[in-house]
Amino acid sequence: MQKISVVRIFMTLALILSSLNLAAKDTEIAEKEGKDGLKAEIKEFIDHHLQDSHDFTLFSDKESGKHYGFPLPVILWDNGLKVFSSSKFHHGETVAEVDGNYYKLYHSKIYKTDAEGTINYDEDHHATNEKPLDFSITKNVVSMLLIGLLMFFMFRSLAKSYKKNNGMPSGVGRFLEPLVLFVRDEIAKPNIGHNYKKYMSFLLTIFFFIWLLNLLGMTPLGVNVTGNIAVTFGLALLTFLITNFTANKNYWGHIFWMPGVPTFMKVVLAPIELLGVFIKPFSLMIRLYANMTAGHVVIMSIVGMMFLFKSWIGSPLSFGLAFVLSILELLVAALQAYIFTMLSALYFGMANEEAHH
Amino acid sequence: MEKLLNDFSFGLFFWQILIFVGLIFLLRKFAWKPILDSVNNREEGIKNALESAEAARKEMQNLQADNERILNEARAERDAMLKEARQLKENMITDAKSEAQAEADKIVAQAQATIESEKKAALAELKNQVAGLSVEIAEKVVRNELSNKDKQLELVDSMLGDVTLN
Repeated sequence: MQKISVVRIFMTLALILSSLNLAAKDTEIAEKEGKDGLKAEIKEFIDHHLQDSHDFTLFSDKESGKHYGFPLPVILWDNGLKVFSSSKFHHGETVAEVDGNYYKLYHSKIYKTDAEGTINYDEDHHATNEKPLDFSITKNVVSMLLIGLLMFFMFRSLAKSYKKNNGMPSGVGRFLEPLVLFVRDEIAKPNIGHNYKKYMSFLLTIFFFIWLLNLLGMTPLGVNVTGNIAVTFGLALLTFLITNFTANKNYWGHIFWMPGVPTFMKVVLAPIELLGVFIKPFSLMIRLYANMTAGHVVIMSIVGMMFLFKSWIGSPLSFGLAFVLSILELLVAALQAYIFTMLSALYFGMANEEAHH
Repeated sequence: MEKLLNDFSFGLFFWQILIFVGLIFLLRKFAWKPILDSVNNREEGIKNALESAEAARKEMQNLQADNERILNEARAERDAMLKEARQLKENMITDAKSEAQAEADKIVAQAQATIESEKKAALAELKNQVAGLSVEIAEKVVRNELSNKDKQLELVDSMLGDVTLN
């Protein structure tokens, strides 16, 4: 009942808003030019936010062209190791010259250019310049290192508190222990079965890693690690490798020679099952990537709407919506970590299932 | 898909795998193992404590049952003793009663015998006195009667008539 009334209020507000917009149509046309520029800027900002970056920019001032943040080390492999600070790029505005080679940052990627920084394009407007192998410590790498460090200290303190406190957790451990037990009792044990122990390290690490990175994505630092395809690919790849390297005979038997079906069906099922082996981790990768990216895009778009509306109804409305969605995203952050871990455990369980025919 | 491939950064992937795998091994050694071991130990401890509590409870129950049994036995013994005592008392009372009865009977019998003998003695004395008296009276009468001769003869005749020879 309450939900319906809330929806009604929102709809009424939206109606008022649109009528106000109609009344302000004339002025809007005059403002249209500026608004389109603002829209493009917001879109560019969101795009930029979703990408990894070679420097840790907290915020930028468009008018003065100033960026506030700190540069990060760039590590390139281009006929030898090249290490330099990303401040040399000046946020993609200038060409960095290292050992007689010229590099330019273009759409968050480093290209090798000539001294003028010319970027060549093909017919689809893709840069055709040579790309050196980029092992830079980017914003996402820094975030992962930070989270890794945080996790290490958090759980190290929990492990230590047992010794100090006679087998009982103390301090922040009181909060962490139920989470660890949750992973063990609700994720690992029911999905894997009796030999769940060898997977616990992976499951616990991946659960807290994804969750904390998701939460870090909710902060105004503007990092988007779990919404990066390379990161989710790495996580899913590990699940894939562990699943297949710890799989027993029974698991492979079910894939290549399904027991209990006619021989013809065995032949038909084998390629399908084999495909499933790859699709499962692939779905893990895409699910996490898509959910986190979508969450960031939606929230940032709604936050951006505040600046587009520039009215005393529209902006608070966008603010309220962004606030509600942020709370939803907090839930999604935990949920996605849970789903990724749960499905990984499920796949491990499949690989460990004993024959029961 | 093309966008995804374009977004894919090998460097980031490399660092991600490196950091994550490193984190797994580091945390396994310094956190997960000690944590899970401690939790397991604690759970085992709780399980053991519960089991021993259960055992103690059972022992207690056994002890209680034993106590109950001993108590019952004691009660039965007490009852038996009471019954015996009651029996003894009753026996004693009956014995005493019969003895007293016998004594009383004896006394009564003695008394009766005494009375009987007394009565006989009295009767004998009475007879003697009556006999003496009769003899006196008879003497007087005879003396009176024998004062004349005729009368003496008459008497002798009548007396002789009375005495029937047997």
